[in-house]
Parts: sequence; structure tokens; C-alpha cells
Amino acid sequence: MKVSLTVNGKPMSGEVEGRTLLSTFLRETLSLTGTHIGCDTSQCGACTVHVDGKQVKSCTIFAADVAGAQVTTIEGMANADGTLGRVQQAFQDHHGLQCGFCTPGMVMASAALLAVNPKPTEAEVRHHLEGNICRCTGYHNIVKAVMAASGQDVSMAAE
Amino acid sequence: MQNFDFVKPASVAEAVAALGAPGAQALSGGQTLIASMKQNLAAPSVLVSLTGIAALKGVSVAGGVMTVGAATTHAEVAKAAAGVFPGLATLAGGIGDPAVRNRGTIGGSVANNDPAACYPSAVLACGATVVTNRREIAADDFFQGMFTTALEEGEIIVAVRFPIPERAAYAKFEQPASRFSLTGVFVAKYGAKVRVAVTGASNDGVFRWSEGEAALSANYDASAVKGLKVSPDGMIADLHGTPAYRANLVAVMTARAVAAS
Repeated sequence: MKVSLTVNGKPMSGEVEGRTLLSTFLRETLSLTGTHIGCDTSQCGACTVHVDGKQVKSCTIFAADVAGAQVTTIEGMANADGTLGRVQQAFQDHHGLQCGFCTPGMVMASAALLAVNPKPTEAEVRHHLEGNICRCTGYHNIVKAVMAASGQDVSMAAE
Repeated sequence: MQNFDFVKPASVAEAVAALGAPGAQALSGGQTLIASMKQNLAAPSVLVSLTGIAALKGVSVAGGVMTVGAATTHAEVAKAAAGVFPGLATLAGGIGDPAVRNRGTIGGSVANNDPAACYPSAVLACGATVVTNRREIAADDFFQGMFTTALEEGEIIVAVRFPIPERAAYAKFEQPASRFSLTGVFVAKYGAKVRVAVTGASNDGVFRWSEGEAALSANYDASAVKGLKVSPDGMIADLHGTPAYRANLVAVMTARAVAAS
């Protein structure tokens, strides 16, 4: 069947099977490989994208079920001129990544938090990122990056 | 994952008709079902998405009753219940993680009746009514053991109606990896009557702890359940906890729920 949706502001469509996951559709049909598949069991959060403004795990949602939706992926997080977006830049500035595999999901989850809670506490950041697993950093620098992206002091974060 | 035909009806009547096909299964938020399908634990030939049916969504409050549409997500319930029924808001806001809460629904959770799911404890403790496309089912009759409910083939949950308790709280001892309850207790007080429902602990799924109910109905205080022993018979045994550990948690989490209510 044909599925049409808006991805990063652009209308996109492609053929899918019933079982085609949104993550598969984004990566294999639309070649948007910034969305990573870490566990495929809905636990790691690397595949996090926004559907109609809400963060979801794209490995646990069928592409056909979001037909017509507005989807934002990590490729949609950069500024119009191609420079890094606010959250992305904060991750770079504060070394919020090592291998980078979880980073697309971390950025998407963090952006979803800041959209509804522009000045989160450190505890709120940690609570919000519960569904995103990083196996490199131990999370401290990720939390710092989110605090920085929200314009808050990071000196005490994760101390 | 085996392939299937995907249909997304816009009304309950169309969904019921679609579910009449051989091998058809309803899909709500899919946060359990899709994972099960990946492992071939479920392999429907037709998947009927309920997420496009507006009549199944939303929360309303009238006459001391909160009615939650079956396809309302955990995140939406957490937001809508916050001021009116904080015990339910806490429960909904503690399920899984933010992404799961944006997809998973109350109807899906209740219909699946996972023995460690959070929602069944609130439904049972509140003596809520499960409204389907065919009838109304009292919570005491609805849950019939692990992954088993009173739902018949082709029957869809439309809404869950909660009489809003005077005091209530949910206390979950979390399995840290999955955030399911290792043992979770929902306590609901209606006048002198207190109901206590336990999830995550028993091989039979959610159950009412009658001894705790009696003690709390006589004295609604966390101290009332101190010293009460729960039998480990029939409790879940896994690498996270022994039956005796879970049995002990029943009274511990009940006391915490009362203190938080």
C-alpha cells in the first residue's frame, strides 16, 4: 500500500507492507539513515522521532499507522542554513556523545522535553531520558548538554 | 515479523466488522503487541488499528466519574487526570518512558492484562467499569488471570469509567529495566470502604488484597497494614524477585500508597 506523510516539512510517500515499521520506512524507503535502530525491542530509544510533535520510538510503530502525520527526524533538527540546531550544538559543545549511536534519539527526546518544559531541572531531564540508553557516556554530559540547550547553568549539572 | 493486512477504520462499527475477518486482531498503541509480533508471539493476518477512531479518545469528568476513552494515551491521561484524580495521573505518568506514554493506551493495557501492567490495578481498586461495544463489565468480573479477560472475540473496549476516589495513590516497586511493576499497589478510598489492588506480584495477574482492605477500612493509615503477612503461594518467581520477596512487597507498597494518598 502507499503511505504519504510529511517528513521534516516535506511531503513524502512510498510503498509499504502492513508490517513495515516507521524506522524501516524512514531508513530504507526515504534513505533518512540518521534515525538509528539500536535494539529493535523498544528499549534503547535510538530510533526516537517526533510524530505530530510527540516523541515516539519509530521501531514500535507501523508506517501505515502514521499516514498523513507530520514526522520530524534528526535530519530535520539542523538550522535552515545547515548549521547545527540548538540541541545538536549543545551536545557537541558539552561532549554529550562518544560513539554517537544513541545521539539521534537523545537529541529528539531532549528536544521534545524542551518543547513542553523549556527550563527543566536536572532531575526532570534525567527522568525524561529514561527511555534512551547510552552505553558510552554515563549520561552526565548528555544532561549537561540538555541543560545548556535550555539556556541554564550547567556547572552543577551531574555533579 | 509475518506480514498482515493493515486496516485503519474511522468508527467502532467499522472496526468490529474488520475484526470479523479470520485471524484479525485489534491494534491500539502497539507498545506491547508490536514487540510480541516481532518475536512471532502474535501473528495476526489482519491488523485493525483503533488509533483513528475519534470516539475512543479523550477524558471527561462528570458527577464524580472520570471516563477515559480506550484509545487515550498514557501521556494524555497523566495530563487530564492531574488535577482531578492525581492517583491515576501518577500511575499513567509512570508507565514505561515518555515515548511509550505517547503511544500506549489504557484500552490496550487493560485488554492485554499483563500481570505486571500498571493500569489493571487502578481499574480493579476503583471498581471501575469497562465499557465495550457490547456491554459494561465490572472490574471484579473483567480480569480473569494472566493475559486473560472477560472480553469475547471481536469485542472492543470503548472506555473505562472510574468512580473518582476520595483518596487514592499508586505505589510501584519498579523493575528498573522494563519499568513494569515488580509489585505495584493501587489503594482507593471511598468513604469508609477501601479497596487495594496488586499488580506484578501474582501468577494470576492483578488481585485484590482483602486482608489489607479490611485493615485499611477499619483504620486508614499506613501503620494499619504493618505486620500483615501475605502468602507467597502463587506469587511470581523470576530473576528479579522470589515469591516471598514479592509477597513482602505487597504490604510494603500498600503502606507507601496509603502514605502517598
